Amino acid sequence: MKIAFSTSGGGLQGPLDPRFGRAARFLVYDLHDASSTEVDNSVNLNAAQGAGIQSAQRLVDLQVQALITGHCGPKAYRVLEAAQIAVYPCQAATIAEALALYQAGKLTPLAGPSVDGHWV
Amino acid sequence: MKSAPRIAIASGKGGTGKTTLAINLALSMSGPRQLLDCDVEAPNARLFLPLPALGAPTEVSVPIPTFAAERCQACGACVRFCAFNALALVGKKPMLFPELCHSCGGCIHLCPQQAIDEKPRRIGLISRFADGPLHLLEGRLDVGVAIAPPLIRALRATARPDLPTLIDAPPGTSCNVVAALSGCDQVVLVTEPTPFGLHDLALAVEMARALSLPCGVVINRLGIGDDRVHRFCQAEAVPILAEIPDDRRIAEAYAQGQPLIEALPALRPTFTALLAALHLH
Amino acid sequence: MSTQASPPPAPLEIVVVSGKGGTGKTSISAAFALLSPHAVIADCDVDAANLHLILEPRVLSQQTFVSGQQAHIDPERCIGCGECLRWCRFAAIHPREGVTPRRFASDPLRCEGCGTCAHFCPTAAIRLAPRTCGVWMHSSTRAGDMVHAALDAAAESSGKLVSVVRREAQRLATAQGATHLIVDGPPGIGCPVIAAITGTHIALVVTEASVSGAHDLQRILALTAHFGVPSFVCINKWDIAPGCSADIEASAAAQGARVLGRVRYDPSFSSAQIAMRSVIEGDSPAAEDLRALWHAVTAEAARLGPHQSPASSRLIGRDALTTSQ
Repeated sequence: MKIAFSTSGGGLQGPLDPRFGRAARFLVYDLHDASSTEVDNSVNLNAAQGAGIQSAQRLVDLQVQALITGHCGPKAYRVLEAAQIAVYPCQAATIAEALALYQAGKLTPLAGPSVDGHWV
Repeated sequence: MKSAPRIAIASGKGGTGKTTLAINLALSMSGPRQLLDCDVEAPNARLFLPLPALGAPTEVSVPIPTFAAERCQACGACVRFCAFNALALVGKKPMLFPELCHSCGGCIHLCPQQAIDEKPRRIGLISRFADGPLHLLEGRLDVGVAIAPPLIRALRATARPDLPTLIDAPPGTSCNVVAALSGCDQVVLVTEPTPFGLHDLALAVEMARALSLPCGVVINRLGIGDDRVHRFCQAEAVPILAEIPDDRRIAEAYAQGQPLIEALPALRPTFTALLAALHLH
Repeated sequence: MSTQASPPPAPLEIVVVSGKGGTGKTSISAAFALLSPHAVIADCDVDAANLHLILEPRVLSQQTFVSGQQAHIDPERCIGCGECLRWCRFAAIHPREGVTPRRFASDPLRCEGCGTCAHFCPTAAIRLAPRTCGVWMHSSTRAGDMVHAALDAAAESSGKLVSVVRREAQRLATAQGATHLIVDGPPGIGCPVIAAITGTHIALVVTEASVSGAHDLQRILALTAHFGVPSFVCINKWDIAPGCSADIEASAAAQGARVLGRVRYDPSFSSAQIAMRSVIEGDSPAAEDLRALWHAVTAEAARLGPHQSPASSRLIGRDALTTSQ
């Protein structure tokens, strides 16, 4: 099972970025073999609009099953929900801490978007 | 045959008196004429001209794509093409975010499976009112719709080409105003003699020049500020077509929805003279 | 400065909007910024920005604002087939003046950058390039740091530049531990307004006592309700039409928005402007009314702010922003 984390970079010890749509990178962690890969998301950082939608699209294409991030807006949420990707809001400072919270069963998946959209 | 004159009334700054000017000019004219309320986000002309309705309002829609699941191969070409990020592909067919769609139609034409069709998405209403020779057409954007220009363009297209037309434009200088001013013969810029008024007038003059539209200025609420607008107009060779004094009675009549020339008949000559300056009657 | 055990409370965001233009938003926003103990200011009326005329900003940094794209048709590669003209829905394609055989060009005032023409051009003569739409700035003012912008004339009125200004101001306000973020919003109910109000703690709708004001107030309140934004009302120039003012109070209440203050019609709004000052930097009936309004607004903002309404899920993101700094 693969989990994506929003981040600015730096591997598992790197920060968990509270934003999803305009996160600079995603770290994709495979629970099966504890491997991780970072992918660049800067095209969406600078997108005129629909950054959340396209970031969500990216995760769909990467075939992840879960996303851990700070918050998630309505458009991104709609895409992730359709793809059955569970979204876990988390305020941990690093990816490693967030992963530990997830594995300890301390994170609760969202039932809807956690913030209002930025509209564009 | 030369088409009937189309005069736009615009302003960089909001609240300077565009609608007031448009209403009173329309009332001062004789013969068949029409006023278009293109301030579709906040249409107010009807408050001052409670003319009887002509038929039911018309719904205005923009086309948005729909996807035929049975033909869609989920290739993602439409998603990659969309310049507005309005599409995402999850599972068997694309997902549309209508509020981001600009209705360009590109995705429909490029789908290799011809799996995309269009359906209308309502954005607002056009209503018609008339009392004898005076016609009023109003555009009203649905609350929550983000994009106004398609409604403004539809309203302009609904107008009769044979009638002299006054266009009450939205405030500002962005694409909404460009849509309202497109194809007009000249634009009257309404301002007030204050720093805010001058600053936004300068932007509006720049916009009029970018659109190659002759422009003139009407200074409203003369007396509340200073002469900076006069000096600007002189320096920029922009004619001052009329001046309306600041007068609490004007503010009170306006507040109650009463046209100026009815509340203060002494102002009638100002509007008659302005009509002449605009080659209207 | 000593290390804090917990981060400072997030700034309380107050967005000032109006529906109808010219009701006094900017004058009131300037007053609020000066009355706040520590404010950061966002001038989100990017189409016709006026706040700088009162606050006299000193520009600290400036950035070009690039948004969307526009089509450029290379006259060397264009063969005048007219495919682009056939597909363009925005009437942006037109023949180049004085050129024969005919070649086409794209009008930047109408082009929306959709890319359809480029996709169908048989000779790949059309290129889409990023479009510069204006500039945005971070400045210092006597009322606090300000983020503001200028949109180019005839540019697309999307909310993107509003969003950029607002986000940057939010970041600054949080980083500085400001008490308030004052947002001078755009008029109308379209995209720029939506971008200004979504997710704010409180929206103050400034209306005027007139039939136009009453009419447009209903529309902007419907918009704020649609987006779930707590909204309150200020009636400016209320004494011009007291009956109208009373009607507005009743209909606003019916839409769930209380009137927090009334400001008298006062020539000091214009005379202060000419002196490049805010009304509250002098003494006048309006200044008195604005101070009372500010007290009422800040009380509501504090009540609705992030630490006072734990049930509001929309604020989770806001807390995450402050704890992750």
